[in-house]
Amino acid sequence: MKSTVEREHVTIRFAGDSGDGMQLTGNQFTRTTALSINDLSTFPDFPAEIRAPAGSVYGVSGFQIHFSSSQVYTPGDKANVLVAMNPAALKASTKYIEPNAIIILNKDAFTPRNLRLAGYIENPLGDGTLDAFQTFPVELTKMTLDALEDVNLTHKEKERCKNFFALGMVYWMYTRDMKPTEDWITKKFAQNPVWKEANLKVLKAGRNYAEATEIFTTSYKVLQAQIEPGIYRQITGNEALVFGLIAASEKSGRNIFLGSYPITPASEILQMISLHKNFGVKTLQAEDEMAAIGMALGASFAGHIGVTATSGPGLALKSEFIGLAVMTELPLVVFDIQRGGPSTGMPTKTEQSDLEMALYGRSGEAPLPVIAAQSPADCFHASYEAVRVATKFMTPVIVLSDVYLANGAEPWKIPKIEELEPIKVELAKPEKDFQPYRRDEFTLAREWAIPGTPGLQHRIGGLEKEDITGSVSYDPDNHEKMVRLRAEKVLRVRDYVSEPEIYGNEKGEVLLVSWGSTFGVVLTVVEQLLKEGKKVSFYHLRWINPLPKSLEKYIRNFKRVMVPEVNTGQLARLLRSEYLVDIIGFNRVTGLPLQVSELKSEVEKLIEG
Amino acid sequence: MSEPVSIKSTHNKVEKENFGSDQEVRWCPGCGDYAILAQMKKVLPDIGVPKEKVVFVSGIGCSSRFPYYVDTYGFHSIHGRAPTIATGIKLANPELSVWLITGDGDALSIGGNHLIHLFRRNLNINLILFNNQIYGLTKGQFSPTSPQGKVTKTTPFGSISHPFNPISLALTTGGTFVARTMDRDTKHMAGILKKAAEHRGVSFVEVYQNCNIFNDGIYEHLTNSDTRLDNVLYLEDGKPLIFGKEQKFGLRLECSQFEKFPINNEQDARFAHIHKDSDPRTEYSYMLSKLNEDANMPTPVGVFRKSNGQLTYDELFHQQIQKVTEMKGKGDLKKLFLTGDTWKVD
Repeated sequence: MKSTVEREHVTIRFAGDSGDGMQLTGNQFTRTTALSINDLSTFPDFPAEIRAPAGSVYGVSGFQIHFSSSQVYTPGDKANVLVAMNPAALKASTKYIEPNAIIILNKDAFTPRNLRLAGYIENPLGDGTLDAFQTFPVELTKMTLDALEDVNLTHKEKERCKNFFALGMVYWMYTRDMKPTEDWITKKFAQNPVWKEANLKVLKAGRNYAEATEIFTTSYKVLQAQIEPGIYRQITGNEALVFGLIAASEKSGRNIFLGSYPITPASEILQMISLHKNFGVKTLQAEDEMAAIGMALGASFAGHIGVTATSGPGLALKSEFIGLAVMTELPLVVFDIQRGGPSTGMPTKTEQSDLEMALYGRSGEAPLPVIAAQSPADCFHASYEAVRVATKFMTPVIVLSDVYLANGAEPWKIPKIEELEPIKVELAKPEKDFQPYRRDEFTLAREWAIPGTPGLQHRIGGLEKEDITGSVSYDPDNHEKMVRLRAEKVLRVRDYVSEPEIYGNEKGEVLLVSWGSTFGVVLTVVEQLLKEGKKVSFYHLRWINPLPKSLEKYIRNFKRVMVPEVNTGQLARLLRSEYLVDIIGFNRVTGLPLQVSELKSEVEKLIEG
Repeated sequence: MSEPVSIKSTHNKVEKENFGSDQEVRWCPGCGDYAILAQMKKVLPDIGVPKEKVVFVSGIGCSSRFPYYVDTYGFHSIHGRAPTIATGIKLANPELSVWLITGDGDALSIGGNHLIHLFRRNLNINLILFNNQIYGLTKGQFSPTSPQGKVTKTTPFGSISHPFNPISLALTTGGTFVARTMDRDTKHMAGILKKAAEHRGVSFVEVYQNCNIFNDGIYEHLTNSDTRLDNVLYLEDGKPLIFGKEQKFGLRLECSQFEKFPINNEQDARFAHIHKDSDPRTEYSYMLSKLNEDANMPTPVGVFRKSNGQLTYDELFHQQIQKVTEMKGKGDLKKLFLTGDTWKVD
């Protein structure tokens, strides 16, 4: 007799060759989970190589999903279930699964050749390596082929369906409705009935096998989560950035011009926004990183919202142009989807190591507002807010995201359009004595005078400008004044944007200060510690430049301040120099997100003193 | 929104305006740039575009100070990157007449990549390259157009690199209007600038410009009234390739090569090749561009190639937006948010 057991949190990791369709499998499971009203967070973990040699450990593509009947802020530290399609996938994943985890293996892939490619001397299925886990070796390939006996596909083609067999099994295990995936297959292969039939058959076969066989005794159920009412959809960080831009364009009445050059993990932004030209969005794949931002800045000069999307190496190439945007005081939004560096580094692995480049990486004194997104769905707000500030303050704004947010996905509560903050853009009107560097009293922004407006002809450029008139000036006092004006303008952004709220008490033992994608991990840790009665609070920065006014007060209210980051301490260094406080860093630079368990134990140590 | 119209010049009557700005001109006295500025200010009122719809964009270098001196919108950008700024401006508002001012270092060295892609795209703008074969603003280093052997501050024993031929480069990367003129030949320059403004597509004009401080006299044989006619071949559409004082030499095409021959009488003149700037054979204009690399041959100025009828990048760009909008309907934010799988939580 099989039983069903309730679980609050579950983390599943799918792992296989780059060509095994693990991302697709993971995405299908995610969709179905979202439609079952669980809260969730996902993290795809794949190699930079498109098709790395089959069977190699470095070619393993992984997809992790954490879902729950309560709130979820991270894709989970360690998986409770691993689906491994070959020995390499097993080898690459055992460090990401918890003791006693369920491992479903494709037994057919454990051939001497594959074992050798994965670097196993002995077959782990027989030598006790997996004793700590509940291992289920399944003849995935064979059963897939059996299920497709009557289908008109080649042997090799049939084999490619095996990911759906695995998915069918996992669906049974978590008592999931298969209809969303069946509908997806039906739609996806509408033009290709043979493939449609094959995939549907294999999916069902996997489920039936799990149900009928004796090896699985238990299935699990994760109840619906308590989720704020509303309409939801799945969204990745990159998708959310694009939606934020389009929303900002609609709300401001200005066109978006996005110039970009393909770079992992930012390419998707140009790809996705290019689908939406019917919103008046203008896009261009430029000849290089400099051209991409140059075109965006040119479009800004002419009255569009210029945007460019890149990653670390591209941001380095764009830095001269960002300096020009600072000098010419034009609105511009630069997305930096951070990845492991320096140089080409680890293009598909996450890191927060571009913070200092975003803050300081330009010639001269060139401050600009820097905002960081905290979760995939939050990328929408970061993107929208960046446009709001760029146009209000006539300044370039850098938006920091990273691989983890860009590829990760979570449910997004679709906002009501009328509830989005208005973006009011006022262009300079024709007048007799127009002065291009005359400033607004509150924001210190100069006016946006676009070509085509009679009487406002003026010249801008990279040379220092005379205050008010904008004429070229090398006057010493004027230069000092302009340097300080540009800095003061950026500082005033903090009077315009809302401040983050502190989570927990305003005073206590330990304050955790973080920024960007570590939000979920830190929040999870703080929630757990607060439940345990610890005097811990949490302050997550949205704008890193300018820093919120309240930050200093909070920093002084706690005995210790810890800054967890996926770098060697870039925000920590900034806060130390800003507030002369001995900030404690928690730093991991592994190309992976921080782990809840590890951070928690570090904070506990700190509390114990 | 009505469909944007791509213009560089219209024939609307614009009152003769003064295009001079209030900025003090800061080129060295005697610099060839003054002549180009003067001709530009003369031509602009005639192209039929009001000042507020004209934008000058430049990179870095002596020539790139140009935008400050005309009373239009202007953007003095960074080294080599002016084509990118110009592209953004033109695509944001195709109604603007966009002029790109650059030099041999700016366009051909640090900005080489942007230049070839500008030609490839055939954006409807005007590109004026001031070629003085030297870096002037940084005080005298060799440039990508300096001849082999050129002694400069960074090549004290002579430059060993081959120079670029800007006309050849423009022709082979897809330039649809490729022309050359000279700073001291002001009348010719005015004519070429006007033609450039009229052409739909990227108009490339190389101006031989004298740097009287760091590279004085390199074009002397072409501009001096005593030697000019013997050394310059004026290209005119539909006219024979004849040059020299008293029109004493002609050029004819023999086995895909230009041959110089003396003209003694009217009969001889009939053998000269008739120049057609719309000649579709790239090799024809290319051969012309290479002509003066042979010391016995004259230096052509005028329009090497002009090809019409090709849609410009800005036209295609906006046509596509319009097509997509017709196909998908005007964007609806609410609908966009609701694409894909959604679910309702009560």
